[in-house]
Amino acid sequence: MTGPGDSSPVDVVVVGAGVVGTAVARELAHHPLRVVLVDAERDVGAGTSKANTAILHTGYDTVPGSLESRLVRRGYELLSAYAAETGIAVEPVGALLVAWDPEQEAALPALAAKAAANGYVECAPVAGAELRRLEPGLGEGARAALAIPGEHVIDPWSPSLAFATQAVAAGVELRLSERVVSVSPERGGHVLTTTRGRLATRWLVNAAGLGSGALDGLLGFDRFHVTPRRGELIVFDKLARERVGRILLPAPTSRGKGVLVSPTVFGNVLLGPTADDVDDPRATGTTADGLARLLDHGARILPGLVGEEVTATYAGLRAATEDADYRVFVEPSLHYLCLGGIRSTGLTASLALAEHALELLVGAGLDPGPRRPLSAISLPPLGERQLRPYRDAARIAEDPAYGEIVCHCERVTRGEIRDALASRVPPVDLDGLRRRTRAVLGRCGGFFCGARVRRLLEEGA
Amino acid sequence: MRERRVDVLVVGGGPAGLSAAAELARAGASVEVVERERELGGVPRHCDHQGFGLRDLRRPLSGPGYARRLAARADTAGATLRAGVSVTGWESGALELTSSGGLERVTAAAVVLATGARERPRAARLIPGDRPDGVLTTGELQQVVALEDLRVGSRAVIVGAEHVSYSALATLRHGGARPVAMLTEAPRHGSYAGFAWGARVVLRVPLLTSTRLVEIVGRERVEAVEVATPSDRRRIPCDTVVLTAAWIPDHELARSRGVPLDQASLGPLVDTAGRTPVAGVFAAGNLVHPGETGDVAALGGRAVSRAVLVHLAGAPWPVPIPLVAGTGLAWAAPGLIDPTALPARGRVVLRGTARVARDAVVVRQGERLLWHGRPSGSLVPGRSASIPAGWIREVDPEGGPVRIGVGSPP
Repeated sequence: MTGPGDSSPVDVVVVGAGVVGTAVARELAHHPLRVVLVDAERDVGAGTSKANTAILHTGYDTVPGSLESRLVRRGYELLSAYAAETGIAVEPVGALLVAWDPEQEAALPALAAKAAANGYVECAPVAGAELRRLEPGLGEGARAALAIPGEHVIDPWSPSLAFATQAVAAGVELRLSERVVSVSPERGGHVLTTTRGRLATRWLVNAAGLGSGALDGLLGFDRFHVTPRRGELIVFDKLARERVGRILLPAPTSRGKGVLVSPTVFGNVLLGPTADDVDDPRATGTTADGLARLLDHGARILPGLVGEEVTATYAGLRAATEDADYRVFVEPSLHYLCLGGIRSTGLTASLALAEHALELLVGAGLDPGPRRPLSAISLPPLGERQLRPYRDAARIAEDPAYGEIVCHCERVTRGEIRDALASRVPPVDLDGLRRRTRAVLGRCGGFFCGARVRRLLEEGA
Repeated sequence: MRERRVDVLVVGGGPAGLSAAAELARAGASVEVVERERELGGVPRHCDHQGFGLRDLRRPLSGPGYARRLAARADTAGATLRAGVSVTGWESGALELTSSGGLERVTAAAVVLATGARERPRAARLIPGDRPDGVLTTGELQQVVALEDLRVGSRAVIVGAEHVSYSALATLRHGGARPVAMLTEAPRHGSYAGFAWGARVVLRVPLLTSTRLVEIVGRERVEAVEVATPSDRRRIPCDTVVLTAAWIPDHELARSRGVPLDQASLGPLVDTAGRTPVAGVFAAGNLVHPGETGDVAALGGRAVSRAVLVHLAGAPWPVPIPLVAGTGLAWAAPGLIDPTALPARGRVVLRGTARVARDAVVVRQGERLLWHGRPSGSLVPGRSASIPAGWIREVDPEGGPVRIGVGSPP
């Protein structure tokens, strides 16, 4: 591990502790390398990785033959298996790509063909009457659909956390609240100047998400620019969950996947995202216009939905670039790997991107040393369909703190909050505690439990 | 998993639940109250001001004092009171409970839902903007100051001008924060003239009427709010935003059991005796009339106990008659009528859709005029008015829905 006085270069610095950076650090952690994972934010997964649609994508609609297409397909398999091993919540709800006019209906077969070209062959057409039977809540204009059974929903926050936890357990140094200010070449590697000092490394991996273009620029390149694309989302009350069974997708456009309606693993219903290009990579606010547009879409897609209570609204920024595909570049002579422009499939592709990153680094000359397995981890059950502590008699008998519900809306117990505060990558703020436990994420917005949870956070931190 | 049976399970240990339990236990029923918070008492636990217990205990108490007294009365009467117990499900007649003692399934001949109401938080109000720290409801604010002794900010904007909003103002000052403005979308405040005068003139907190909160600004912590009137928009620097009123009943348990909701109040549909349409299931308190004071909720709890006792004695579940709110009214409660039972306090509670101060109200069943007159209290959205309910005894069980609305008799 490096400290402030230690000037010998580490082997790899990964800049960006989002879902991609943490996956890369975890992959590198299988080898005897000195790895530092650094992020300007206070927590892992605090950028695009915390505010997305939480879908495990089949990749049916990626560009056939692209790197994204290959890595999404591979990542889907890897993350599905990883989630099953570690207890990350996944619900295999499936999707319906709904056609709302004759033009969209006529385009469905071509979408199925594109899916097949991407290696996904499970699409099936669904005609009007069957569509109504499957999803009785659909708005009037729904004519037909393409069923895409492999599209699943996943806990969007636990993957980054799980990857970071395994990486740190295996010796990766995690440095948060540290922003990279400049990079200069030195002795075949790099010296990064950060807001906390200097960091010398032999290899540099850019997984900086919204900052990936700027970081690439610090190395002297001018090959892609990140335009933050803001997506606003509305999360409806769990009481709305029974209104929809599957992810309802719109016909895709060039700007992105469009506004969808989706169940979540936490038992809510998501509506969104919008897609507005913004200048400021920190513009994660919602807008009156964006929310109003979402409600219009919602009223059309699933009319009963918009009368339900809203539990949360949020906005995430995707790193869009001039190109639709990932901007992955390896520079062997510079000992530098860029994983930029991941846009909207980073979560699904994360483990495959990490695999690919290691291949590229090794191909560029990195000698990783022997590979050894990581210690297995098991994440606390957060999904509605998992056995959560509040209804686990055996767990409560062993430790009564798991029977003391603190957050009533989400049924989070004192034991779970205690465990999160004592975990290897603990939360440093309320948002971080929310993502690790679901506390204060529910319909009351803190009316009942906000003060007590804040107290527990202050005591435990 | 422990399986148990009681005569009456009361869900919610606030004023309504504790009062119902005291009456029922006194009458000899085996009553258990389950309360999910660590202490009994409901919202009054954390209301650090006086004025509680006027209508039911006929003495002025502080919120926490009132809470303790109601719990003591229920305990003395012989009710079993359990705090730290949550109802997590309701499947085929048995309720599922979780506590640090483990899991239980409880069946009861009668279930009284007294789960109260909450203020809608920021997301439910669809307030756009950044999502910084420092935005909270009065409920959270009161607990921050009174229960958890945490810091509040220093400059606060209060959204709403109802009774609870003035309570929030007092709590902010107690917590060391300076209220810098109160906003209401209505053309004037909806509380007592004395509160409004005190806040505006004595404490110098401006009341901005016809003003809507349109955006919250701030990265980590609130930095300002943007507010709009019909003619302009401006920013008010602040570090705390208190969202008050905009009550919604905590109806999730009722809904999961299939109890229909009153679409206007979003509480469970109940008749004048406190019965829901589901046999054996009753509701009382703020769950039915969100935003009422504690003592009104307590009286509602006392009133429902009568119907519970009738049910425990084996009486058949009556067929309810709808009370339909028409012109000028957002809702009228209870939404169903049992001609043999008068509602709590002998009054039908109304909320208006617009400020129609002191207008007359008419009650009809078919062609028959049952009552007309002026309500007590003004029909301001967010505040209750009420009319006497004696006419309920004249309702014909076979006569169809009863309609109530603003207007004059022909």
